[in-house]
Amino acid sequence: MRHLLDTESLGRDNAIAILDTAQEMSAVGEREVKKLPALRGRTVVNLFFEDSTRTRISFEAAAKRLSADVINFSAKGSSVSKGESLKDTAQTLEAMSADAVVIRHWASGAPARLATSGWIDAAVINAGDGTHAHPTQALLDAFTMRTHWARLTGTPSVGGDLAGMRVLIVGDVLHSRVARSNVWLLRTLGARVTLVAPPTLLPVGVEHWPCEVSYDLDATLEAGVDAVMMLRVQAERMKASFFPSAREYARRWGFDDARLARLDALALKDTIVMHPGPMNRGLEISSGAADSPRSTVLDQVRNGVSVRMAALYLLLSGDMKAVPTPALPAFAQPAAKDHP
Amino acid sequence: MIHASHLIRSASLLGKGTADVLVRDGVIAAVGQDLGGAAIDGATVIDAAGLVALPGMVDLHTHLREPGREDAETVETGTRAAALGGFTAVHAMANSSPVADTAGVVEQVWQLGRESGWVDVHPVGAVTVGLAGEQLAELGAMADSRARVRVFSDDGICVSDPVMMRRALEYVKAFDGVIAQHAQEPRLTAGAQMNEGKVSAVLGLAGWPAVAEESIIARDVLLAQHVGSRLHVCHVSTAGSVEIIRWAKGRGICVTAEVTPHHLLLTEELVRSWDPVYKVNPPLRADEDVHALRAALADGTIDIVGTDHAPHPSEAKECEWAAAAMGMTGLETALSVVQETMIESGLMTWADFARVTSAAPAAIGRLGDQGRPLEPGEPANIVLVDPAARWNVDPAAMATKGRNSPFAGMELPGRVVATFFRGHPTVLDGRLNTPYLHGAR
Repeated sequence: MRHLLDTESLGRDNAIAILDTAQEMSAVGEREVKKLPALRGRTVVNLFFEDSTRTRISFEAAAKRLSADVINFSAKGSSVSKGESLKDTAQTLEAMSADAVVIRHWASGAPARLATSGWIDAAVINAGDGTHAHPTQALLDAFTMRTHWARLTGTPSVGGDLAGMRVLIVGDVLHSRVARSNVWLLRTLGARVTLVAPPTLLPVGVEHWPCEVSYDLDATLEAGVDAVMMLRVQAERMKASFFPSAREYARRWGFDDARLARLDALALKDTIVMHPGPMNRGLEISSGAADSPRSTVLDQVRNGVSVRMAALYLLLSGDMKAVPTPALPAFAQPAAKDHP
Repeated sequence: MIHASHLIRSASLLGKGTADVLVRDGVIAAVGQDLGGAAIDGATVIDAAGLVALPGMVDLHTHLREPGREDAETVETGTRAAALGGFTAVHAMANSSPVADTAGVVEQVWQLGRESGWVDVHPVGAVTVGLAGEQLAELGAMADSRARVRVFSDDGICVSDPVMMRRALEYVKAFDGVIAQHAQEPRLTAGAQMNEGKVSAVLGLAGWPAVAEESIIARDVLLAQHVGSRLHVCHVSTAGSVEIIRWAKGRGICVTAEVTPHHLLLTEELVRSWDPVYKVNPPLRADEDVHALRAALADGTIDIVGTDHAPHPSEAKECEWAAAAMGMTGLETALSVVQETMIESGLMTWADFARVTSAAPAAIGRLGDQGRPLEPGEPANIVLVDPAARWNVDPAAMATKGRNSPFAGMELPGRVVATFFRGHPTVLDGRLNTPYLHGAR
């Protein structure tokens, strides 16, 4: 496996290898010197055709902690905004000897196109493409869930999966690359996924996905759940009649204070509430829920760096499938030479 | 002036009995067994043993791009491709730049076709000015021009306003015209990138639902019934559309329908490659649609094959899916794809092939000298096909400027060996020969 493009094609072994490696990486973030020499002399390009400060700085931090050289290339302020094609941009990066390209693009499939067109030889990591996929987000979500699930079940998280975990993904599934990537990855890891959304925000064809579908958030909460992942909803969707008003959406599909209290009433004391950010407080999630002890929002951000370090390291160090699970001797030593 | 004549020996006429065909002075002079003697004096003999003789193919749906996008195709390159593909007539769609919405533009395209001399070029006139859907173009002036336009279409854009469609259907009755509708409800397909269904859900590409095609076809057949007009439905792509057209024909409504070779062979599964060579409008559909289209072509519900040949410069396809142009080339692969899907599958005979690729499209376009039987006295528009040949599709080797063939790398049956256009061999031994010189005979 040379690229990380989606989770549909990500096998269980590789997924667990990334999560296990991320666990090793997370230890680096705890150190005084948060740096490893693993990717010294390698060049990682963050190629962003769409604004996303959060994802870009997460990838940037990940690459820098691995001692890679990082080039940030954003469509704004570059020749892309003057109409250069993806092909020419890619070949320019190739001529600059990029080892990995982290690409965020408004068009679904752009990372796959980059990886398979022959324009470029670098490893390609999809940092979110259109409404298609966002595999590192799904991996950091899975990492967050696995840590929680291992604690609950009293098993080590390394090498583990999400077998038996009940996960709700709630909101604008139709326009969500986060939902698409999570459905496949969580299923691969053994979780039982239920999508909850207004019928207008579910894609035609969702019935073929490896998950359950419901229109009723309260009923799915009653049925018992271990993690609730709220998706960002753009209020402008109401202008295209996906729902009547922001208030009606919040009442029926928002994780509000009443539903937060309902988890307690249902004795679901270990259920976590997740959100990929940025949150629309008061629309899909209330401040009470976002700031409650159940919320994993900041854990997700923290884990994002570890997961992205793992993805960069594994892709640039060779065939991912050949990587043995946790034994990574390079991480045992601090990066003394880099940081005198 | 010396008139070259050709004796086609031992061809299988429409895949049936073997006969010799004598071509002289632009017409079929004789058909019979072992033609010889004085009748063939001086004729060039073509050994056609093992070859199928068919009437020259007629495409009701071609984009030649000229005027305006000569980087994508010209009348010259597009008609060379047509001749190599076995065609003797093509209809050039109106979405050129400027749009073919006046007598001046259609006469220009018609004249370019005459000067090229590879096939008859029949311009399609735009239904509305600038394809904008707001005001009828001067349909009568185009009909009366030297181009004698009979087919009108805003192809690429649907005449979605029901009143505009009604008026157009009514108006062209004055000169026996037909409205060829690109059936696509615009609001249901805003930003659409591919068929809406199982695959679009996974890929996160905006869907082009079947209902957007079917609802327009349903409306249009009812309009055609109401005003007693001729309607032609371009590039039918869904099983549901087939059902509506079958129903309409059963009610005696004057509707004809077309299917493209690519919709007979390819499915939406190819979009998973993210290669925009598979991006086309209407989009590639599901397997069940492909099989419904084949059955409909075989049983006559769909009348004709139209290529929707849509060449694009390579940069229009070497990009992200959403940024890519829609369309595929088709002139040089149509015969082979139809042979593969309809004849090799046992659904049709070569006689049926001649009906759907020649006689029926010529009748819809009201072309008196195309799509005729292979009989003495008829215009000598003939294609000789080697049905046993197999070839690998290589877009770089094609005459069209477009390299956007979705069949690239596929092995397909059937090869055009020769094309006779008005009695003149435009193609011999599978290669371009020389064009027909209008006015020189």
